[in-house]
Amino acid sequence: MLIILSKGTMDMVYPALMIATTGATMGKEVHMFFTFWGLSAVDKKKVGSLKVAPVGNPGMPMPNILGMIPGMTAMATRMMNGRMAKAKVPSVPEMFKMAKDLGVQLHACSTTMEVMGIPKETLIDEIDDVVGAATMLSLGEGGQIIFI
Amino acid sequence: MSAVSQHKVVDSRGSFCPGPITDLFKAYRSSQIGDVIELLATDPAAKADVTAWAQRSGNELLDIIDEQGYIRIIVKITKKRS
Repeated sequence: MLIILSKGTMDMVYPALMIATTGATMGKEVHMFFTFWGLSAVDKKKVGSLKVAPVGNPGMPMPNILGMIPGMTAMATRMMNGRMAKAKVPSVPEMFKMAKDLGVQLHACSTTMEVMGIPKETLIDEIDDVVGAATMLSLGEGGQIIFI
Repeated sequence: MSAVSQHKVVDSRGSFCPGPITDLFKAYRSSQIGDVIELLATDPAAKADVTAWAQRSGNELLDIIDEQGYIRIIVKITKKRS
């Protein structure tokens, strides 16, 4: 199974990690590929403080325009963190540790790192390697491919 | 064959997907063939999820019992992945 994560907000990263960890418990070989904003999810400085934005997210229980008010993103993030903790969902850094422990392999996209000027040292230690699309596609061949 | 088979109780009540499955899997990793794991859960998805997990991993789902406010899912370990 291959999960391609291209977004770096909490509401995108959690589902990716939930699918990855569950897939690993079911005996699947699981790969995660982090590209574009998905690399924020594996950035040492950001992994513990991912946010969820009310702007451009009509699923949020508030009028969309209110999302533009300063502080609304922080508020929505706090709310989501609170709900996650209540459902005993581990934090994102804890989920990465769990994924790694279950054998999930984590790959960072080389092009994104070059374009955005992200050196490998800034990524979390759980990252296995830096690869390109050809490697990623060959890792995912024949299995389920999920793009987030 | 090693020691007598064990019966482990894993309490995942209050925890939601993927909690119950990862809790079950942790117990599975440290168990032997013949062991029985009893998973307690409040997540309504746990029934279908554990059924799918057992099928996929080749283990045996013995019973699902509805208790007051939670469910008990009994799995017998019949296959270990190396």
